[in-house]
Amino acid sequence: MASSEALLPISAREEEPSCPYTKLPDGSRSDPETHPRRRRPYKGLLAVSFGLLLIAFYVALIATQDGSRSNEAANATDETEKTTSSSSRARLAGVSEKSNDGLWKLSGGQNTPAFEWNNSMLSWQRTAFHFQPEENWMNDPNGPLFYKGWYHFFYQYNPNAAVWGDIVWGHAVSRDLIHWVHLPLAMVADQWYDSNGVWTGSATILPDGSIVMLYTGSTDKAVQVQNLAYPEDLNDPLLLKWVKFPGNPVLVPPPGILPKDFRDPTTAWKTPEGKWRITIGSKINKTGISLVYDTTDFKTYEKLDSLLHGVPNTGMWECVDFYPVSKTARKGLDTSVNGPDVKHIVKASMDDTRFDHYAVGTYFESNGTWIPDDPSIDVGMSSSLRYDYGKFYASKTFYDQNKGRRILWSWIGESDSEAADVQKGWSSVQGIPRTVALDTKTGKNLVQSPVEEIKSLRLSSKKFDLELSPGSVIPVDVGTATQLDIEAEFEIKKESLDKFFGDASVVAEAEEFSCEKNGAGSTVRNALGPFGFSVLATESLSEQTPVYFYIAKGKDSKLKTFFCTDTSRSSVANDVIKPIYGSVVPVLKGEKLTMRILVDHSIVEAFGQGGRTCITSRVYPTTAIYGAAKLFVFNNALDATVTASFKVWQMNSAFIHPYSEEAVRALTRT
Amino acid sequence: MKLIVMVMTMMMISEGSMIDQTCKQTPDFKLCVSLLNSDPRGSSADISGLALILIDKIKVLATKTLTEINGLYKKRPELKQALDQCSRRYKTILNADVPEAIEAISKGVPKFGEDGVIDAGVEASVCEEGFQGKSPLTSLTKSMQNISSVTRAVVRMLL
Repeated sequence: MASSEALLPISAREEEPSCPYTKLPDGSRSDPETHPRRRRPYKGLLAVSFGLLLIAFYVALIATQDGSRSNEAANATDETEKTTSSSSRARLAGVSEKSNDGLWKLSGGQNTPAFEWNNSMLSWQRTAFHFQPEENWMNDPNGPLFYKGWYHFFYQYNPNAAVWGDIVWGHAVSRDLIHWVHLPLAMVADQWYDSNGVWTGSATILPDGSIVMLYTGSTDKAVQVQNLAYPEDLNDPLLLKWVKFPGNPVLVPPPGILPKDFRDPTTAWKTPEGKWRITIGSKINKTGISLVYDTTDFKTYEKLDSLLHGVPNTGMWECVDFYPVSKTARKGLDTSVNGPDVKHIVKASMDDTRFDHYAVGTYFESNGTWIPDDPSIDVGMSSSLRYDYGKFYASKTFYDQNKGRRILWSWIGESDSEAADVQKGWSSVQGIPRTVALDTKTGKNLVQSPVEEIKSLRLSSKKFDLELSPGSVIPVDVGTATQLDIEAEFEIKKESLDKFFGDASVVAEAEEFSCEKNGAGSTVRNALGPFGFSVLATESLSEQTPVYFYIAKGKDSKLKTFFCTDTSRSSVANDVIKPIYGSVVPVLKGEKLTMRILVDHSIVEAFGQGGRTCITSRVYPTTAIYGAAKLFVFNNALDATVTASFKVWQMNSAFIHPYSEEAVRALTRT
Repeated sequence: MKLIVMVMTMMMISEGSMIDQTCKQTPDFKLCVSLLNSDPRGSSADISGLALILIDKIKVLATKTLTEINGLYKKRPELKQALDQCSRRYKTILNADVPEAIEAISKGVPKFGEDGVIDAGVEASVCEEGFQGKSPLTSLTKSMQNISSVTRAVVRMLL
């Protein structure tokens, strides 16, 4: 049928873009080189005394919210050229974004060599195991769900260009959230009530196993309304075809709400009366709010007079998400679960800042309201918690009833120029789906972790135990370093900690420190760091992306640990954004410092302290690509010695499958 | 008659102040006011409308710059490589940034409009850098950077 052609996410244009799949690098590796230094038997005697010291010195390091957690706007000027005494790591200033006063300033000038992207550099950027369509633009995740053996993923998609526009719903399925098969478009803009855009929505699975999808449509008059859709055939496990409810729209902007401030309906949950309840983000002047509606059939609704919640001066709340988390176990809960062992999360995407914020709080089901446990870090305030301190937006969770976990999807946009996106023919990826749960140890924040299934991509690995003396930068030989999974543990040597605490001249800087501060970044050298890995680095470190811990002393002499990713030197290109991202990370008594890093071409996902602080970055090296990309481990501390114990896996490609009729027929037979 | 004059005066005052009020919140008040006043729609537009007018100015300027670039191939053949890069950059402004911004602002998702407008400034800057200090387009580049920063400020008011 001609119309099925129109549904394909592949365009039928004549010119084919160059092969979107980067060939896997040659698998040969050099002999294992573990660069053993003087190995100390620290695991024995030292552990005991170190443990005692930790008790003495790491007094009650429970999660403290760092008031100096500033956003990119704080990094207003170009970085200062701070060279270190230990080595001449090349520092290249790059573009710095002034997010509130408008102008990108390109650094360089007369002496900067003119730079141009070529197809080799651009095609390297495509990821190997992150979800992305074969070409063009993608943004928000939509309606994720598990049904009849398949994980379904829908997404905002532009079939016509590598920038936002003409939005429809893309669709893909997977058995394991990692290996995807692209399917035809699920919904297109073919009704008056979504002719200007089939926008974000969420799925609710009903007790009888059927599915309802609520989504925002931009009408032919550009009014934002909510619409109902459902699968045409519930016997089709691939849910290829969707039907829109003839009575759409089911919700229009209520009185007092502007026609363009009403979007992104959530998954529904049960009320005590047995009705279904949803929430929709909006704003009144500059107060971000979440409206609440009850329904029995998803077709007619009653709006509650009260809001789920609202926070002044936070602007429009997009992609609101609301869900329960267990206080006692690290597991997922169905969206309707409630009880004494349950807290509720309210999350919203802040239109003004492009940050996703959440807060832990209490839901009152009798009147559909919610209050945060800590109003000083309420949803959307600059100091409130974020799922991720890097490039990460429009995130959405769903309850995976298959494995009893809650999974978080998020849109990871590009940080390059649109000219490059147009040239390479695509824009945006999704983060690796993460399990999300309450941190049962702190009770105040969530923890996230890439889904277990990603381990199926692990190929060969190498293990390292190194002692990093102050100022060391050590190459880690793992062969190709563009697709990696790194798990690492760090410990500062006892003597170094003693000295640090004994040194009165060490200034209490924790209150002022933030990862993004001018001139900070990873080249700063201080008593206790920074230390960590440098990924996607050239041998000469002319391009590199450090992911690291930085430990500062607080006024009360308590230690504060920060987890950061510094993309300022990730590329010599002058048309990409290169921020320094990060935040404070809670470290509890007795815990070693741990980090996990996923490297996948132009995306780096970093998880600090078991996923208490997460940072996703987009990087666009020009020479640290293909075989020239290396991995380093480093310790920039002035005096402290750090031991690093880590394992690095090569990661296979997920071989995300293009759509084809035969592939779909084969899938429906399995 | 007096009533009509009064009403018209009041209309003029309130319309002038919409542009004034908006432009006060941008990095270049004078430029902003002159761009908006030069368009007949400016006097009766809301903020969305003002943003769309400014995006139109970006489009016009990009078109003008592309024409200039095309003319330079003959006059300054030694600059071919930089001109090629600029040509690609300005075509991105016309074919990607401007349509994205227009659609986003018309449909009430201004953040994508902000992205498009910021990018217009970036593309102009990158093109300029390609000449390594000897650009024949400097004044056009500066115009684009300035208009982009003013437009961005207006688009942010819609968030």
